[in-house]
Amino acid sequence: MPDLLTPAFLTALIAGGLLAAVPLIFASLGEIIAEQAGVLNVGLEGMMLSGAFAGFLATQATGDLWAGAAAGALVGMLVSLVMVLFCVRLGMDQIIVGIAIVLTAEGVTSVLHTVMYGQSFPRLDKIAVFEIPLLRDIPVLGGSVFSQPLAVYLGLVVVGVVGWMIRYTSWGLHIRAAGERPASLDAAGVSVVRVRSVAEIGCGALAGIGGAYMSIVSSGTFVPFVTQGAGFIAIVIAMLARGRSWWSVLGALLFGMSLSLTTALQLVGVDIPVDVVTMLPFISVMLVLILFARDARLPTALGTAYQRGSR
Amino acid sequence: MTAHRDTTDGVTPTVELIEISKAFPGVIANDRISLAAMPGEVLCLLGENGAGKSTLMSIISGLYQPDSGSIRVAGREVRIESPRHGRELGVGMVYQHLSLIPTLTVLENLMMGANPGWVLDRDAARTRLAELSSGLGVRVDPDVRAGSLALGQQQHIEIIKALWSGTRVLILDEPTSMLTPQGAAELQGVLRGLKATGLSIIFITHKLHEALAIGDRVAVLKLGRVVGRLGPEDLTASSPQELQDRIITMMFGEAHTPDADIAELREPVTAEHARTSVSAEPMLELVDVAADGTHGQHGITEVSLTVHAGEVVGVAGIDGNGQRAFAEVIAGQRRPIAGDIRLGGRSITRTTVSARQRMGLRYVTDDRLGEGVVASWPLSINLVLKRIGQEPYWVRGTIDRGAIDLTARELIEEFDIRTPSPMTRIGKLSGGNIQKAIIAREVAFDPRVVVFNKPTHGLDVRTTVAVRERIRAMTGRGVAVVVISSDLDELIDVCDRVAVLDAGRIVGIVDNAPGAEARIGELIVGAPGPVALPA
Amino acid sequence: MTGEAPTPDPSPETAARIPGRWHGWADALIRSVGPIVLALVTGGVLLAMIGRDPIAFYDDVLKAGLFRASGLQDTITRTAPVMLVGAGLIVAFRAGLWNLGSDGQYLLAAAFVAGIGPWLLTAVPVALGWILLALLGMAVGAAWTLVPAWLRARYGVNEIVTTLMMSFIGIGLAALLVKGPFDGPSTVPQTNVIDPAGMLMNLPDVRIHIGVVLALLVSGAVYGLFARTALGTRMDVLGANPRAAVHVGIDAPRLILVTFLLSGALIGLAAAVDIVGVYSYMRADWNPAYGLKVVPLVFLARLNALAMIPFAMFFGVMSIGGAYATRRADLPGDFLLVLIGLVLLFMVVTQYLGDKRGRGERLLPRRSRMASAHA
Repeated sequence: MPDLLTPAFLTALIAGGLLAAVPLIFASLGEIIAEQAGVLNVGLEGMMLSGAFAGFLATQATGDLWAGAAAGALVGMLVSLVMVLFCVRLGMDQIIVGIAIVLTAEGVTSVLHTVMYGQSFPRLDKIAVFEIPLLRDIPVLGGSVFSQPLAVYLGLVVVGVVGWMIRYTSWGLHIRAAGERPASLDAAGVSVVRVRSVAEIGCGALAGIGGAYMSIVSSGTFVPFVTQGAGFIAIVIAMLARGRSWWSVLGALLFGMSLSLTTALQLVGVDIPVDVVTMLPFISVMLVLILFARDARLPTALGTAYQRGSR
Repeated sequence: MTAHRDTTDGVTPTVELIEISKAFPGVIANDRISLAAMPGEVLCLLGENGAGKSTLMSIISGLYQPDSGSIRVAGREVRIESPRHGRELGVGMVYQHLSLIPTLTVLENLMMGANPGWVLDRDAARTRLAELSSGLGVRVDPDVRAGSLALGQQQHIEIIKALWSGTRVLILDEPTSMLTPQGAAELQGVLRGLKATGLSIIFITHKLHEALAIGDRVAVLKLGRVVGRLGPEDLTASSPQELQDRIITMMFGEAHTPDADIAELREPVTAEHARTSVSAEPMLELVDVAADGTHGQHGITEVSLTVHAGEVVGVAGIDGNGQRAFAEVIAGQRRPIAGDIRLGGRSITRTTVSARQRMGLRYVTDDRLGEGVVASWPLSINLVLKRIGQEPYWVRGTIDRGAIDLTARELIEEFDIRTPSPMTRIGKLSGGNIQKAIIAREVAFDPRVVVFNKPTHGLDVRTTVAVRERIRAMTGRGVAVVVISSDLDELIDVCDRVAVLDAGRIVGIVDNAPGAEARIGELIVGAPGPVALPA
Repeated sequence: MTGEAPTPDPSPETAARIPGRWHGWADALIRSVGPIVLALVTGGVLLAMIGRDPIAFYDDVLKAGLFRASGLQDTITRTAPVMLVGAGLIVAFRAGLWNLGSDGQYLLAAAFVAGIGPWLLTAVPVALGWILLALLGMAVGAAWTLVPAWLRARYGVNEIVTTLMMSFIGIGLAALLVKGPFDGPSTVPQTNVIDPAGMLMNLPDVRIHIGVVLALLVSGAVYGLFARTALGTRMDVLGANPRAAVHVGIDAPRLILVTFLLSGALIGLAAAVDIVGVYSYMRADWNPAYGLKVVPLVFLARLNALAMIPFAMFFGVMSIGGAYATRRADLPGDFLLVLIGLVLLFMVVTQYLGDKRGRGERLLPRRSRMASAHA
């Protein structure tokens, strides 16, 4: 058994974990917002995938990472409008519409990719790593936490901002009320539909950015189905986070690290099959769910359309 | 009675209702009601469940629009479009079922919909809260979760919320129904203080002593109408006992029920009811049973009750005092946390719902559409819904539609269920016919004990009469019957004894003899007096 | 407002508007076929937008999937797993349980059947081998639902998430099995191949194996389960009104377990039929991913296993003919996903409009909740 706790191993594990965690952080943050407002957004995977494709296109066309992120956010928001219209406004089944979004997004991105690129998979330029001066010299952490693409730091900033907004703004307060007891919010004179719509669109934007990150930063290219179920993992992270935004970092890191474990293990000469790697995040989720089954409390009104007078 | 009997000359009422009527399909909830709330006074609306109090308040707060009649606020005629508009006009509402969000803190609950800017201004809210709570004379921790507070404290928060931005009239809907006696006393103190600031208060209650203790004026509602009014001069001129007698007569008495339907309904009460079949054999026994409540309703504590074969025992009390927990713990749908339940001498405390059904226990639920039936399914299947897999309707696990249809037709005939066919979706039937179907299902298959939860709630007069006859007929067959109802007339009509449930406890058991009505009424409205011992 | 909520009392006019038998049929037809037509039209517009000829495309689909004898036989063969997966989903959905993990259940069962089948079918008489492999597939499929079923029954944990997670794990595990213990002699990771003599026999004169007949029988049996048996009725009560289920004395946790096991078993059976009927072996990267694609059809069939049969045909035509048409149009086969997604969207729209007009009943499974009260 080779020594696992070498600096090289830990650096690879943490660096890779953080890199893989960022899209999950963005997506699960979005899902947290939607779920807190009472919308179960099963279509998250579809929003991420759409964002990944749009982000890739924009970055390829402009060569600019931020144009890609913006495009991802924009397309994610567009997709979320389907949820807003069908589920928040018209009160249709959130799960069915969510599944429809996933299927359609998978199909459309795959078809468009083939139409535009055929069987070729053009690569984007590698994203520059931003090393934080001084901090980068810390052993292990310097090479992992403090030497990352700028987007990684940005992700952490967004977590803080969203967490702050949920706690300290009337917008966040109304979101939490809309998911817990929409009738009370309505009685307080705030439109439940409006609050939920904004939350859902915000969720779409964050999921789109998360997807864009996957294609632009993580893989540097777009392949169909690139999100590989990350959207569903993000849903679980959001469920377990129960509105606490920093938990999404924790959850995402756990799953990011279970992905980066392979690379790290290869560095120390342990080879594990790729299938085990793809399974690991899901196994972690299931273990967490089994261990904390009782804690997975969700907003009371999650998944139910709000209609005044019908309780 | 004129519309302005309850105003003081020369003072403009804060809110005035003139000839307000509101009907729902099949029910006239408010029938030309006129009321006025004066500044610095408490107007008590007194009445039983279903008297139309809550509908009236929903109209004032802007949740419903009246069918006819007008509303004046500070002398100006207005149309209150929405609860928000109502609040802007100065109408503050405290609902019977508290509307605080339990997972949010007190401060967050108060800031909801009332924070001026984008960033929550906690400091301003804290200041306002301190101001209001000291005015009310209560202590409030702004940073605890609302759900962790006792119900009385939650109610203080609700009142503060209603007063948050310049309220002129404060409406409290059954504010004490969920409170302990201490909490209720505290609330009265709070309201006296508020009154002194010149606020108008409308206090809705069914508790007589509260109305007398706190009201400057009292209006008695019955079946959507104002059937009696007491002004300040009445309240000061008479002794408490005289007032109590007068109001009980208004609420429950014969003299004040001119409605022909009601006369018809009350006709068979004394004429037919014979209590000859009660045996000494205890059929259903509850010994010190306790169970948790759900959804803000009371659980039950130390409930002991024995029902004999052939006996009808009523359970009286205001809704939400533990009736649901009481019924479900007997039916097996809720686990007791203490005590023992016996059926025919055998303990059934640990048995399942279906095992109890097989032993002859039946439960007529009050949540007819919520759990009583599968609304989208045919009447016929709903009639055998508790016999899935049992012969003769399922033979070796396979359905026999012929047998079900035959039984359905028999039951439809016997129980007079009005339906186009046995195959009609039960959800399409009227409430009365759904209830007849549920009763048919529970009564038809050789029951030993039947628990009826609000058996005639919301039904028309004819169906009500039929259901009560059905209940009385059961006793002749040696069945033990429990009737849970908030309708005192009903309990007097069908029961041999009546237990009164208050805050989850049985506070008295009264034999149904002449005078019982008044005694039960007193126990329900919480009037002091010697507690009758169980027979 | 308690105590005064008016009970809606349908007037005679409402009663008269209850659709008659003919209207009911027309209504069902519109609700079932309408979304498909709308999705195909929209798909055609999308095709035109990306510069493909929609008429030629759909013409290719029909030619290759329906009008050519070989295509028709492939289409009919394809209906077998779709009917079985559909039956499995119907069982779960009718009890109000979202089994969205059918891909994992299917693939894991397929891996076991393809891994053990080649050996088993030479070791025992072929007919016995078929039965054993069917049972094996069913057992594996059922076993893979156990954790979600238990979490749901015991703690009320949302089964949408757990079945999906287990599905991803199942897919990975299946690949590992095929690369590991079940790996055959071939250089690519794949199982041994079932001897042609061990494959399911074809029906007389056609290239359609008898698994299709089995699938038809199972569809009939699932139909009968709900139409005739006490178990099916209990599942229906649980799905239609879970609180009523508790009230009438149904042991809900146990029923949830039974339902999930049956659902998983039927999906596992689909895998066994596919492997022993068509593929004869399994490659590590193979995944037909019926799961989410079959979901919309199950709803269009209004959770009726017999009504599922024509929709399985539709699926067969679209996948067999679609494979040919997308190849000719130089598109990926994933175009089918677009159509299916659109079907689903148009289905909720149709349902919404239908409900707006006050007819019909809700046929979608009840939304389930993570923190549901314990029965």
